[in-house]
Amino acid sequence: MKLLTLSVHQLGELMERKEFSSEELTRVHLERISQVEDEIKAFVTVTEEAALAQARAVDQKRARGEELSLLAGIPMAITDNICTDGVKTTCASRILYNFVPPYDAEAAARLKGAGAVLMGKCSMDEFSIGPAEEKSGFFSARTPFAPEAAPGGSSGGAAAVAAGEAAFTLGSDTAGSLRQPAAFCGVIGLKPTYGRVSRYGLISYASSLDQIGPFARDMADLALILNTICGHDAKDSTSAAVAGPDFKKSLINDVKGLKIGLPKEYLANTEPRAAVKIWEAAAQLEELGAVCEEVSMPHTEYALPAHYIISSAEASSNLARYDGVRYGLRVDADDVLNMFSKTRGQGFGDQVKTRIMLGTHVLSAANYDDYYVKALQVRTLIKQEFARTFEKFDCLLTPASSTIAGQSRKETDGPLAAYWSKACNIPVNLAGVPAMSLPFGLVEGLPVGLQFIAPHFGEEILLRVGYTLQQNTEQTRLKPGLAC
Amino acid sequence: MSRYEAVIGLEVHVELKTETKIFCGCSTEFGQAPNTQVCPVCLGLPGSTGVLNKKVAELAARAGLALNCKIGAYTWFDRKNYYYPDLPKGFQISQVFRPIAYQGYLDIEVDGREKRINITRAHIEEDPGKLIHASGSIMTSRSSFVDYNRSGMPLIEIVSEPELRSGAEAKAYLEKLKAILEYTGVSDVKMEQGSLRCDANVSVRPVGTAALGTKTEIKNMNSFRAVQRAIECEVDRQIDVLEEGDSVVQETRAWDENKGITMSMRNKENPDYRCFIEQEVSPIELSDEWIKDLRATIPELPDARRKRLVAEHGLPDYDAGVITSSLALAEFFDATLEKFPEAKKISNWIMGELLRLLNARGMELSQSKITPAGLASLLELIEKGSISNKIGKEVFETMFEEGQEPAQIVKEKGLSQISDEGQLTRIIAEVIAKNPKSVEDFQAGKEKAIGFLVGQVMKATRGQANPGVVNTMLREKLAE
Repeated sequence: MKLLTLSVHQLGELMERKEFSSEELTRVHLERISQVEDEIKAFVTVTEEAALAQARAVDQKRARGEELSLLAGIPMAITDNICTDGVKTTCASRILYNFVPPYDAEAAARLKGAGAVLMGKCSMDEFSIGPAEEKSGFFSARTPFAPEAAPGGSSGGAAAVAAGEAAFTLGSDTAGSLRQPAAFCGVIGLKPTYGRVSRYGLISYASSLDQIGPFARDMADLALILNTICGHDAKDSTSAAVAGPDFKKSLINDVKGLKIGLPKEYLANTEPRAAVKIWEAAAQLEELGAVCEEVSMPHTEYALPAHYIISSAEASSNLARYDGVRYGLRVDADDVLNMFSKTRGQGFGDQVKTRIMLGTHVLSAANYDDYYVKALQVRTLIKQEFARTFEKFDCLLTPASSTIAGQSRKETDGPLAAYWSKACNIPVNLAGVPAMSLPFGLVEGLPVGLQFIAPHFGEEILLRVGYTLQQNTEQTRLKPGLAC
Repeated sequence: MSRYEAVIGLEVHVELKTETKIFCGCSTEFGQAPNTQVCPVCLGLPGSTGVLNKKVAELAARAGLALNCKIGAYTWFDRKNYYYPDLPKGFQISQVFRPIAYQGYLDIEVDGREKRINITRAHIEEDPGKLIHASGSIMTSRSSFVDYNRSGMPLIEIVSEPELRSGAEAKAYLEKLKAILEYTGVSDVKMEQGSLRCDANVSVRPVGTAALGTKTEIKNMNSFRAVQRAIECEVDRQIDVLEEGDSVVQETRAWDENKGITMSMRNKENPDYRCFIEQEVSPIELSDEWIKDLRATIPELPDARRKRLVAEHGLPDYDAGVITSSLALAEFFDATLEKFPEAKKISNWIMGELLRLLNARGMELSQSKITPAGLASLLELIEKGSISNKIGKEVFETMFEEGQEPAQIVKEKGLSQISDEGQLTRIIAEVIAKNPKSVEDFQAGKEKAIGFLVGQVMKATRGQANPGVVNTMLREKLAE
């Protein structure tokens, strides 16, 4: 079962040498899924037949000697808020329980175009809305490191990669959903710059914050995937008219002279056992020639409430289309207004309803200036603070999560408490900058992640730092507890 | 004199003349089978994102410039959130906070008095789909259908200041607005196809007071005439309400064309649309240079064209007004004038025969078969005396319906005017012989009698005689 832990480029090279076929590789992964899914619950839908058909098609192409991407024939999975043509896309919500998109998200289309094989759709918090725990409308995923612990909100995609159910996965990140799960599951998660990857086909939670990105096992895979999914898309107004560079060129084992900032405010709020690992990483980076320095970003504490208001406001509007008229759940009633109410009442879970109500509240005429406008002002300050900080630093190093996997909050902590676990992730979404979560050892058997943050369109720095660390420390290469 | 005055503002929705919808590539063609011009974007399917059709911003700015508006260099889209089955995303993308055009005006003329009506704003928005109910309304129907072909059609909403004071002024405003939008190629402005729709905000107040009365919003008017009637009717209703000591309720009312009354639709307590900036569509940035270049492409507008027709061709102002009220008519006039240089004669035929037939048939000029060259040839035939004016009208109608050349129609139907003196001499002799009384009267000095005799000759020739020639010949014969 060694195949299940190999990286994409290793698998790709083995298939190029005809060591095994994509169909064989796909079958191994399908077997693995059926073996561990009861425990991991990373998938909402497994597309067995379609995956095998896709794999066979790639094998035929290879047999004909066609030139193929390294991604060709590689089993992947996509989080269930990214549309896949003809494959149910539910956002893990009852309200979309039967929704089959008639089109592919641009990022999904690019991966399929490269020949990657879709194994299925990954679970998530309902509409990505949720704190650190899985609040799926269906069931909850688990990190393979500790089956009793949640994989971090809100992507089963990280768990799938860690458990060997797919070689890489695609997810989205509105409040850390690519970075915290990566940290909790011991894989790499990268949230690209807002606008770097097309949002066409990503089902919106908070339009100004959502961004698609990959979960992967090593930096070379990350570069390979980014090379495929990045770049301008004329169908998406938020897609930046910036060509994606060749990210493979950033796989450089050298951080000499790189200036790395450690924001005090991020560390202050972090669970001490996780914070220790940050200092350890900083020391290692210094040994490798980087310059690490503490820096203060005083607006950080306002990021969470601002994010909460903005994301709730946008969600309340983005989720208005689920009304039972055209697709998804419809609960019949005597008239159309009652049909709307009953459909939405039964279709959405509590987390989602809470956010819709909050969003409606902060956007209402009486509260707009006090909440929504204020939050936008805070957002501007946070953006400016990042811009100022990046005048002095090439990138920032913070914890990928303020908590360690498995720390469940108490019901009495209130709804915001859980969000504090994402306090290190959230400012990044507000600023629209790229950030990466990289595994860095274990604390009491549970994985801890580093978060590196770069300026807009500075993904290359993240790859360089990550690659250097991966070349120089075993801590970045974790093996999950589940036997592979 | 009424103790009250009406305060009227109009909100006009105009569909922009683009090939494709506002945020997707679907066709905007009118009258296709339901739900055949749709895609994930205009259906608002989960995950779909749209991109602004550049032509939309151009046409909207063009309309703004033609309406003397200022153009916003940086404007954006906002979301207007509300639930309705025809609204696929649960919000409408509109420009709430910053319209692309604002602070403009247009000039109207009612009963010979000119008046400037200020325009508050013109903003871009998307049209929702269209509901079709099995019976009456959505609340009473067992089932309703939605056609999303209209969803995502690009609109501009043009909002006037409440400066109109009568239904007649409102109608004049709409006619002028329609002409300007037609001239600038912004819209087809066809009310019957829904490419121009008008809602009226109406209130009344005692003459001499400044405070506004409670307003009602009137909808469901399908012609400019209906707008005028609905406003007049609503103003009377509101005055009656106030006279009886009651107060006007703020509400939306629907015009019932058949009954000729407005009826309450729903109470409108300023719904909270929770508007905020649309994040998924880019803002519109227009450079001064671009606006300048666009301004240079605005053609001559109705008022200027009207003045030119008066000054250059000596047309009466009234004629010029009618002809320039529609670009199609004005272009028809100009094209005819190139081939037949008598402006007033052309104008008489346009205002008389052409408009009469168009109105009677309920047709657009483009649907008739008449051409400027055809009308010019016809006028030449009349000018040369080949046919009479009366026969000309008959020929015109045939041209209008069938589009043949006038000379051909005249030949085929044997309508050519009899100017052959030999043939006429015989007929005139017969008429004189049959009407000794009239001959006597004429010779006794009764000038009128000649008219009767000419008429008899015309009758005998079934209208084909040249009346001028007949007149001269009769006088000569009678003088003998």
